[in-house]
Amino acid sequence: MYYIISRRTIPSLFVPFAKIIEQPQAHLVLEVHLLWTVMTLSAEAPPKATHTPSLPPTHTVTLTVNGTETQLQLAPWTSLLDALREYMDLTGTKKGCDHGQCGACTVLVDGKRINACLTLAIMQEGKQITTIEGIAQTCTDAPDGLHPIQKAFIDYDAFQCGYCTPGQICSAVGLLNEGKAKTTADIRELMSGNICRCGAYTNIVQAIEEVINQQTV
Amino acid sequence: MNSFTYTRADSVEHAVDERVAETGARFIAGGTNLLDLMKETVEKPSRLIDITRLPMTSITETIEGGLRLGALVTNADTAYNKRVQERYPLLSQAILAGASPQLRNMATNGGNLMQRTRCYYFYDAATPCNKRQPGSGCSAIEGFNRIHAILGTHLFDQEGRALEPQCIATHPSDMCVALAALEAVVQVTGKYGERTIPFAEFHRLPGNTPHIDNALEPDELITAIDLPPNGFADNHMYLKLRDRASYAFALVSVAAGLELDGDTITNARIALGGVAHKPWRKPEAEALLVGKPTTQESFQAAADALLAGAQGYGANTFKIELAKRAIVRALGQAAKLEPTE
Repeated sequence: MYYIISRRTIPSLFVPFAKIIEQPQAHLVLEVHLLWTVMTLSAEAPPKATHTPSLPPTHTVTLTVNGTETQLQLAPWTSLLDALREYMDLTGTKKGCDHGQCGACTVLVDGKRINACLTLAIMQEGKQITTIEGIAQTCTDAPDGLHPIQKAFIDYDAFQCGYCTPGQICSAVGLLNEGKAKTTADIRELMSGNICRCGAYTNIVQAIEEVINQQTV
Repeated sequence: MNSFTYTRADSVEHAVDERVAETGARFIAGGTNLLDLMKETVEKPSRLIDITRLPMTSITETIEGGLRLGALVTNADTAYNKRVQERYPLLSQAILAGASPQLRNMATNGGNLMQRTRCYYFYDAATPCNKRQPGSGCSAIEGFNRIHAILGTHLFDQEGRALEPQCIATHPSDMCVALAALEAVVQVTGKYGERTIPFAEFHRLPGNTPHIDNALEPDELITAIDLPPNGFADNHMYLKLRDRASYAFALVSVAAGLELDGDTITNARIALGGVAHKPWRKPEAEALLVGKPTTQESFQAAADALLAGAQGYGANTFKIELAKRAIVRALGQAAKLEPTE
């Protein structure tokens, strides 16, 4: 409910604002101002800080990503995923669920695929980390600067929105490194840690199968 | 996630000392379950002791003729290890039935034993849960309990009358179900030195203290898991039934190992996953199979004995019959009477 406030009812506090009520809609402006004032006056003064907040100290963390060593100043709870995206601007690695369920954050550590969201950056010191940005460098035969898996993903249209794709590609490269997938069913089983909400699975499996077949020829 | 401090342990003694010095400290290795629980504020350690640089990373022969699995060997490296695959294919099968390749590359053998239940209510800090907050109640008993326990949930008073259960959570591991069937032994080191824990005594039933998952003392660190010589390599099966074809926790799983003389059973092991607070074994049920032929009737009798006293809570009642059928099928597959695919 709004009240039209006359010049006489306005507390002296608001005198500087009194003239605005002569304008159309001015009572609304004044109402907002009054509300703000009441809230400000009724709110208790915040307790005075007696000491500065104490956070555990950050650590100097050296990460080797795509062959390059980088020194970062990180809190111990920074995940490898957050270190890559927020501190190194390597945003190719995606944050999907942040709970190890979707695989969008898959990267390679010493050639093995892992979920970057479920490991702390500080625990990965001294390891060779490869992200989607550096995946082509891991391969001596990279036509057009692409890893064969990347090229196959393009050839087989193995994506729709593309959000899961960096994780799918890193996971597929990890699968190749492991060398356990012999059949289409194996590929499906061993790619089950990567979810694609667009449902591009058929093409993803075909792309990976193509590269496995090339390698075994 | 809460704020915490971080220490990198350079020896087992150092790790144990750090743990003894700080009640809120926790060991971290693969971190796949612990970090997830920290993100949900279910776990709030004041310090993480990184044990990944400790020398517990190999698989070696034991004097008895078995294998010692280092606590830090990853689940993937264990499952694909040649000696494990040849001598303990049941274990290899079970590990590969769990999680995803990414998680198996990170998760360690010790951590697999230490992972906590995936009960939805345990994970949801807004709901009562006796495991997360002792005394607050169990939301699962009258809640959505499709994945919950049907065995070992009841307490009994001095006259043997059943009391209300405190927790119907299940242990989520596949690997541990095989380790239970194989009668593995857990090697641990604490401030008073080393000791061994038989696998059947490692995990526990909820009783009145469902917040305690296992027999490990707070200062103790798992260093290895020993596999006895008999791996039931000739006749084994890990059968896992779940809501998806892959990358899902078991509704019911069966680790079965048989020794046969012709078609007569001379030794049998059966452990169940997804049905209790720990991998479920019943030596009396296994004994029923000894001297019996490998027939549907023998398997059914063992299944009925294993599920004796099972209790459903509504959404999980189907598991009682499902578990019996899974046992019969897994034993048939172990005896090579049924195809495994």
